Amino acid sequence: MTTTQDTAGLTWHLLDRRPRDISIETGDSGLVTPEWAWGGATGAGVRVCIVDSGVEAGHPLVGELAGAHGVQPGQDGLTVAPVPAGDAFGHGTACASIVRRMAPECEIHSVRILGENGGGTGDALLAGLAWAVEQRFDVINLSLSTARPQFNRALRELADEAYFNRSVIVASAHNARIESFPWRFSSVISVGSHAEEDSAVVLYNPRPPVEFFARGQAVPVAALGGGTTRNTGNSFATPHVSGLSALILSKHPRLTTFELKTVLYLTAANVRRAESRGA
Amino acid sequence: MTTTSEPTALVAAISGALAEWGEDDRALLASIVNVARSIFGAAASSIFLYDHEAGELVFEAVAGEGAEFLIGTRFPADRGIAGWVAATGEPMVVDDLASSALFARDLAESTRYVPNAIMAAPVLHRQEVLGVLQVLDPHPQSRSSIADLDLLMMFAGQAGLSLNGLTRGRTARAALHGAGAEFERLADMVRLLAEMPLERRAAGLKLVDSLQAMLIELAV
Repeated sequence: MTTTQDTAGLTWHLLDRRPRDISIETGDSGLVTPEWAWGGATGAGVRVCIVDSGVEAGHPLVGELAGAHGVQPGQDGLTVAPVPAGDAFGHGTACASIVRRMAPECEIHSVRILGENGGGTGDALLAGLAWAVEQRFDVINLSLSTARPQFNRALRELADEAYFNRSVIVASAHNARIESFPWRFSSVISVGSHAEEDSAVVLYNPRPPVEFFARGQAVPVAALGGGTTRNTGNSFATPHVSGLSALILSKHPRLTTFELKTVLYLTAANVRRAESRGA
Repeated sequence: MTTTSEPTALVAAISGALAEWGEDDRALLASIVNVARSIFGAAASSIFLYDHEAGELVFEAVAGEGAEFLIGTRFPADRGIAGWVAATGEPMVVDDLASSALFARDLAESTRYVPNAIMAAPVLHRQEVLGVLQVLDPHPQSRSSIADLDLLMMFAGQAGLSLNGLTRGRTARAALHGAGAEFERLADMVRLLAEMPLERRAAGLKLVDSLQAMLIELAV
């Protein structure tokens, strides 16, 4: 089990370093390029689920919401049911707007685990994520985590189930240097922030457990009431990778999660082929 | 919930009789918001206590705008930026709030101050969210960067220690004033001893020793 001890060597986000500081050489043949991976792709046909605080319907930066569900108390514990689209915190709406910007034609669904009816517990996260995995969404954006170790095992089993069912869980690393889940699991795609002002820049982290960095600083996002704000945090880096994953999957729908992660690695802005050294 | 049967509550209760529980913690919280406000060049900084039972956030310390009237004010924890931070234990920075009409109206109603930028970090103690540290309208150069978020988290770490001390003290006092009237008598005895002149305290302690010996016999 992971613990809160000995975290000095872990990297949660790319602080005080630029992409060139983590340049990586790969022996790849060069066949997998950004153009091959997502050139001309729009995200069409890919179902993305935002597991968060809900998504505001009709926001111009989010567009059409294909479905809105919420975790609710039921007779036998928490259940997931259709709910009117809405967002009490604005967090899910912000994440959805980033996915939409990256993959304009993907299908966006929402499952609310925070906000009304006492959500926000590890149980709600587990219930919402389990539902999303069960629905076999192509991409599940989870800009949240829980630090409570009692959820570790169940979350790990869910993440494995998603991995083998070709549902990609893209999960935020915690912003603080504390252990939380499920981003720590190798079966998900974990994301922290870099400080580049470019939403197209995705970096592979040579020092996991956080595997990728994306734009997480002053990100233009949708705000409640139809407005916009600029948000900072790993939460907003994660939908960049979700959106990019949707683009790749819309062009290459047969990719497994393992293959998708490899494509993300080979096309990362800091990963280059060995023969291009010195170029 | 801590009860009188828990040793930590009793220790805290007895300690509370000897020293003014919470004064130092309150002073530290006030210092943290003052320093945070100054470091970030902000209009205001505040610390909320997260009242889990009521589902509310309570202003515990405020520096700058609203300092005169906000302490003790409560608002729902199930919405807004501070609410999200309390619910998830994650920090965040939101800038350019002026473009969000809904947000501005909410804040105007609850705090009488409408910021354009908010930095908020969870106040954690042993991974439990005790509250939220918030900085309103930091200087434009001190907002929206990951490094600033890191700095805010450090302040929040300090706040976690003092907020934990404050809540422990309150729990102890609640234990004394609730089901534990007998322990209040005990605390009164400790207080009497503490206030005694030195020359009489030795005699008082001897009396306590005798009482303790008798209690040990009774307990066997």
